[in-house]
Amino acid sequence: MYKTPFVVPFFLLALLGQTAQAGVDTAIAQFSPPPDSAIPAGPFGDMVKLGKNIFNHTREYAPKYVGNSLSCANCHLAGGRLADSAPLWAAYPAYPAYRSKNKKVNSYQARLQGCFIYSMNGKAPPLDSDTLLALESYSFFLAKGAPVGDEKMSGRGFPKLPAPAEAPDLTRGKKVYEASCALCHNSNGEGRTVDAKVIFPPLWGKNSYNWGAGMHSVSTAASFIHANMPFGMPKTLTEQQAWDVAAYINSRPRPQDPRFKGTVEETRVKFHPNTKYDYYGQTIDGKQLGNPANTPPAGTVPK
Amino acid sequence: MRHAMNNHHRHIHITAIALGLGLFLSPWLGAQASSAESIGAQIAAKGIGSVPACATCHGMKGQGNPQANFPRLAGMGASYLAEQLTDYAAGTRNNPIMTPFAKQLTAAQIHDLAEYYAHLPTAKVPTLPTATTAQEKMAQDLLVHGDWSRTIPSCFACHGPNGVGVKPSFPALVGQSATYTEEQLNAWQQDHRPAGAGGLMAAVAKRLKPDEITAIASYLAKIPVQ
Repeated sequence: MYKTPFVVPFFLLALLGQTAQAGVDTAIAQFSPPPDSAIPAGPFGDMVKLGKNIFNHTREYAPKYVGNSLSCANCHLAGGRLADSAPLWAAYPAYPAYRSKNKKVNSYQARLQGCFIYSMNGKAPPLDSDTLLALESYSFFLAKGAPVGDEKMSGRGFPKLPAPAEAPDLTRGKKVYEASCALCHNSNGEGRTVDAKVIFPPLWGKNSYNWGAGMHSVSTAASFIHANMPFGMPKTLTEQQAWDVAAYINSRPRPQDPRFKGTVEETRVKFHPNTKYDYYGQTIDGKQLGNPANTPPAGTVPK
Repeated sequence: MRHAMNNHHRHIHITAIALGLGLFLSPWLGAQASSAESIGAQIAAKGIGSVPACATCHGMKGQGNPQANFPRLAGMGASYLAEQLTDYAAGTRNNPIMTPFAKQLTAAQIHDLAEYYAHLPTAKVPTLPTATTAQEKMAQDLLVHGDWSRTIPSCFACHGPNGVGVKPSFPALVGQSATYTEEQLNAWQQDHRPAGAGGLMAAVAKRLKPDEITAIASYLAKIPVQ
């Protein structure tokens, strides 16, 4: 009994500590999407399941619209559920929205069309096609209970990295790539397959995202990489390493910008003015990036 | 029409050149590929010096012997296999049976053995067995989906569809005994095995709970391998 006065306050303190901790957790709590087991039976549930399949295996489930080897889930990890990996549950409630990229108000489906044109180096599925309806249904399902119209949900997009201490450097970036990325993404960024199934996605070259995709921007890629890569080891690279390796990856050849104006220079001026974090039109290793002579075409989909 | 003919002819011409080149080069290429493998094959089948034949324990086809807890080697990536033999030789991956043998192999012999086993048929797993118990469901969920709330990626995301492995660095998970897999995951948790390429495996293994390790090891051992 005599121990009680000591034990109780300590115990209380521990409890208080926990409560305080819980309070902090609640304040920054991230939205939690429903589990897949909550997908309802019936036609809507079937559409959600189709959307999930398209999202995770895009080339297999939407072959008419995909021009590369990527899947949506390659950049939106955990099937679009992971916070700080551009989760669908944070994107869905933020549309319709005006986008400076195409200078108009975009519906959620129109936003998805952009993913196909740029990130998937493919063609836009028609509005209300099963492909877009399924992806919209899957997003809507994941966003159940999310605040409609909230453009700043915690965990949306990739957490923006502050400007690097030193300008991104390609030589340092190559070293980071070889030490931390090539194991999975292969020495020339071509990724790895097993029985023609893409296991690790290509990061550059004809099978990767094109010069119009958001990921071609060094700042976007650096933010994604720092928060999510190496896979299963988030935030283990320094911020500088993330910037350097993002610059290295995004200074390699990739498919043409679908908005190509006829010349590299015109396209660069109109769509790639930020020469600090965008390598389009620059000459690297003796070759001008975006020059049709050494750039795979945009929007190549299987016939 | 004339264009079509020209294209057609050109196509045949190129094919003929390619075929000719292929025929000319193939004995040379074949010899290049097989010399490493044939030295590897010899050590695997007959041993070398006081190192016994690998096949004694790992099977004639490198299929392993799950009942006796000897792991499958066939179709694993060459980088992975060479790294294991090097680690055994260095004692950083410690195993009373393997360490003394690995110490007697030269770097070239390790390379050749790794190439030999890497070229044997990879495990094939057309479908996963249905998970019936709660333990099996938990295992299947971790293997297929992982648990991102604890930064545990799907095991199959790196170890390939249904765990058949991704060459050259990610070994197959199927075709091993439950005991072997459980021992390896525990070894990473306790820092008794090198962290693996990129330090990935030790990091992920340390996030697993003991009952999850047992469940994963036991479910993986139940997956039929072709």
